[in-house]
Amino acid sequence: MLTIPPPDVLVQGILSGILMGFVYALIAAGLSLIFGLMEIVNFAHGEFLMLAMYTTFWAYALFGLDPLVSVPLSAGVLFLVGWLTYRGIIRRILGGPMLAQIFATFGLAIFLRAGAQFLWTPDFRQVTRAWVQGPVRMLGVSVGLPQAVASVACLVAFGALYWFITRTETGVALEATAQDRQAAELMGINTERMFALGWGIGAACVGIAGAFLANFFYVFPHVGSLFALIAYVTVALGGFGSIPGSLVAGVIIGVIEVLGGLLIAPAFKYVAVFVLYLVVVLLRPQGLFGKF
Amino acid sequence: MGTGEPVTAVKAQEGTRASVRRVWGMGLLAVMLLATLAFPWVDRLPYHRDLVIRVFLYAMLAQAWNILAGYCGQISLAYASSVLQMRWGWNPWVGLGAGIPVAVALSMAIGYPCFRLRGHYFAIATIAIGEIVQTLAINWDFIGGARGLTLPFQKDSLLAFQFHTSKYPYYYIVLALLILCLLVSWRIERTRLGYYFRAIREDPEAAQSVGIPITRYKLIAMAVSAAFVSAGGSFYAQYVLYLDPDSVLPLSLSILICLLAVVGGVGTLWGPLVGAALLIPLSEFTRIQFGGTGRAVDLLIYGALLTLVAVFQPAGLVGLLGRRGRP
Repeated sequence: MLTIPPPDVLVQGILSGILMGFVYALIAAGLSLIFGLMEIVNFAHGEFLMLAMYTTFWAYALFGLDPLVSVPLSAGVLFLVGWLTYRGIIRRILGGPMLAQIFATFGLAIFLRAGAQFLWTPDFRQVTRAWVQGPVRMLGVSVGLPQAVASVACLVAFGALYWFITRTETGVALEATAQDRQAAELMGINTERMFALGWGIGAACVGIAGAFLANFFYVFPHVGSLFALIAYVTVALGGFGSIPGSLVAGVIIGVIEVLGGLLIAPAFKYVAVFVLYLVVVLLRPQGLFGKF
Repeated sequence: MGTGEPVTAVKAQEGTRASVRRVWGMGLLAVMLLATLAFPWVDRLPYHRDLVIRVFLYAMLAQAWNILAGYCGQISLAYASSVLQMRWGWNPWVGLGAGIPVAVALSMAIGYPCFRLRGHYFAIATIAIGEIVQTLAINWDFIGGARGLTLPFQKDSLLAFQFHTSKYPYYYIVLALLILCLLVSWRIERTRLGYYFRAIREDPEAAQSVGIPITRYKLIAMAVSAAFVSAGGSFYAQYVLYLDPDSVLPLSLSILICLLAVVGGVGTLWGPLVGAALLIPLSEFTRIQFGGTGRAVDLLIYGALLTLVAVFQPAGLVGLLGRRGRP
């Protein structure tokens, strides 16, 4: 059953797993941020990513903007999407039953996915002439340049997010709201604004990740579901609400995915990831760094 | 002295009002039952019959989901019965019979560890299990792999569970299954089991603290649910005679099933049936209107509806009626 690949293939696989892990980490960080704030899982997170990828693709197809240029655009659009989702939907279900909380974003996910299919057809689309393409030599093995760029950029964005949360006044206010909403309100924090901001930033994270992913990944209406599943697993592994946890977990999952594909069979690489999730959640339900 | 009489009078009045309502309810039920029994003889259009068969099937699956009110991709378990039947040439009824305990046992094996998880973790765990099962099914030749299974044609007979000259038996079989499922739910609703289930749903810790063994009762709910899902799956296999991972396993079917229950009314007896009666024809209508465009209009409506119901009417359409109808 197990096939041991030659060492250079193994090194190459692990390296690309780590690189992909940084992208997963940024996507998961957005999810984790929202959950930490109000204990709601955004089941439309993958569809947000899909919207970001389409934003990037259309900026390229219609205005000739390279995905690297449209990163701020995509982040901005997604910030707006997140903000509006909070104001339009989430605000109304904050105190509602668990089932309503799950199905509100679940329904939004189906709606967005079908909406993308309705507007832009189920065709697979691709940015064909990006600035960065082709392979690059790293540590004696080859990796795709777009993957490397996406990975480094996501790591930088992750660092910026962490800095924002821990070092700026708004970030600390966010953290305070996450810890205790009432106490934060007594300290004069506008928690309503913090919630909306949390959704905006959480969605902007996938805005950035999506823009870089569009550089080397096909864009189609269902693209989000796979990344979303991985994001849930990442967040659960790292611990719901823990931002640093999602970085560690993202890298672990990136590597496991590649090793599952290399050692067992490519068709089973996600099975390895989900089995890991089940094992972790059963042994340590709060995840590696979780508080809940 | 004087207060006793009016109170009794009021009580008596309430009593008669309740019994009048019960008579009306029974009458309505009887009319509905007669109408469904007579339907295939009155409306002989095969298309309508097929539509109603699917409404009943989905209503039953949604009701089964409703019993657990969980988020499992359990529909996959129904696969087991047709596999057994296919591989060993078993009779479909034996397959159906064997599928139920297999589904129950599998659901127990999956449910026991997962029920330690709460809320969102449980929902995500079931999605992960669903994905694992689907990947395995696509890559596992024993159950047909990605090509799926075609059930062999046989002569019409109740024993073979295949009816080609007249589809009426399918109609009555699925109707019987639906009625059985509704009866079981109705019994559950009114017995200690139902109160335990609701207590666990509202607050697991409180339920545990008053002495309800919550894991055992969650497992019971899951077993009942899995049994009906398995029966429904066997029926589907015999009706369509073709199964493949993409049409019976994916998240979209699980979504459809929860959607029917959520829109109709979660945790109510009639919610899933109301949801199925409204949404299955709606999906047919959009398919006819926009058929072949691949534009997923039905999903667009489903998604919007799901969000709207969750935000504005978490009790579902049945909840709306109940509020209006209460004096």
